[in-house]
Amino acid sequence: MPTPNTPLWEVFIRSRNGLSHRHAGSLHAADATLALQAARDLYTRRGEGLSLWVVPSNAIIASDPADKEMMFEPTASKIYRHPTFYDIPDEVGHM
Amino acid sequence: MIIEAPIAPVASYALRRADDALILGHRLSEWTGKAPILEEEMALANMALDLIGQSRVLYSYAAEIEGKGHTEDDFAYLRRERDYRNILLVERPNGDFAHTMLRQFFFAAFMYPYWRAMMASKDATLGAIAAKAEKEIAYHLRHSTEWVMRLGDGTAESHRRLADALADLWAYTGELFEADADEQALIAQGILVDPETLRTLWTATVSDTLTAANLDMPQAAWMQTGGRHGQHSENLGHLLSELQYMQRMIPGAVW
Repeated sequence: MPTPNTPLWEVFIRSRNGLSHRHAGSLHAADATLALQAARDLYTRRGEGLSLWVVPSNAIIASDPADKEMMFEPTASKIYRHPTFYDIPDEVGHM
Repeated sequence: MIIEAPIAPVASYALRRADDALILGHRLSEWTGKAPILEEEMALANMALDLIGQSRVLYSYAAEIEGKGHTEDDFAYLRRERDYRNILLVERPNGDFAHTMLRQFFFAAFMYPYWRAMMASKDATLGAIAAKAEKEIAYHLRHSTEWVMRLGDGTAESHRRLADALADLWAYTGELFEADADEQALIAQGILVDPETLRTLWTATVSDTLTAANLDMPQAAWMQTGGRHGQHSENLGHLLSELQYMQRMIPGAVW
């Protein structure tokens, strides 16, 4: 249960060198140190990670769902942004 | 069926350390479903699994040395209470979260340098067990240290609970440094580490953390003893009745 004493944190894990940290989930913790330990205990039990970030959830600036049409819909008509207009030689295989 | 404890020195030693790990691991597992927050429930269960894993390899090694065909399960499930050789600290009831964390801290503050030193054991198997356990206990120490500091330096209630835990548990810390004649012989052979050599470090670790927790280091006091000789508190019998229940009801039951 969320309480003022244990704010929400977002957890990011880098699974391998060379990859970026990816969002894994969230947790409640009293402070940054305990948040990092809780992230280790909750999200890396099966060898998922080499590096952990925890970020206070309230530090994340999120887009407003109400702005969805303005923000994201215009891209739907711009199919030329997808790299699908090239003939790929067979020798290349999967890109 | 009841089995007796092995008497070969290294087997008997492995059994003592295995019992410490199993009983503390079982105690931590008792928090499952009852921890104050989900995050700590997972932390406690993780530590429980680390310790039970350590007990398994130590029991298996004791069985191998003993050479009577016993398994890790036989030692865990088929011995009498008096044949358990764990220190009394690890069988102390969980109490509240402050009790559990302080008990973990006292144990880990000793076992971390202990396993680190044991990595140089002349017994290669014990050295390998130590190398695995050392990493796990390092985290137990870090996690419990953070909580002891926060509880002591937290609210009036958390401070009072930690102070109560300190008053209850302090007398159980003396057993960490015990080594009987058999163990002294193994120490002389370079197979074991003398726990007494870790006392200064343990005391410094505990003193630093208690200071950060706004608690005074307790004075030298009378210390409980007996666990290493099978003289336990009444708490161990209750713990074992739950731990051994299934094997007692349905001997030889398997998954």
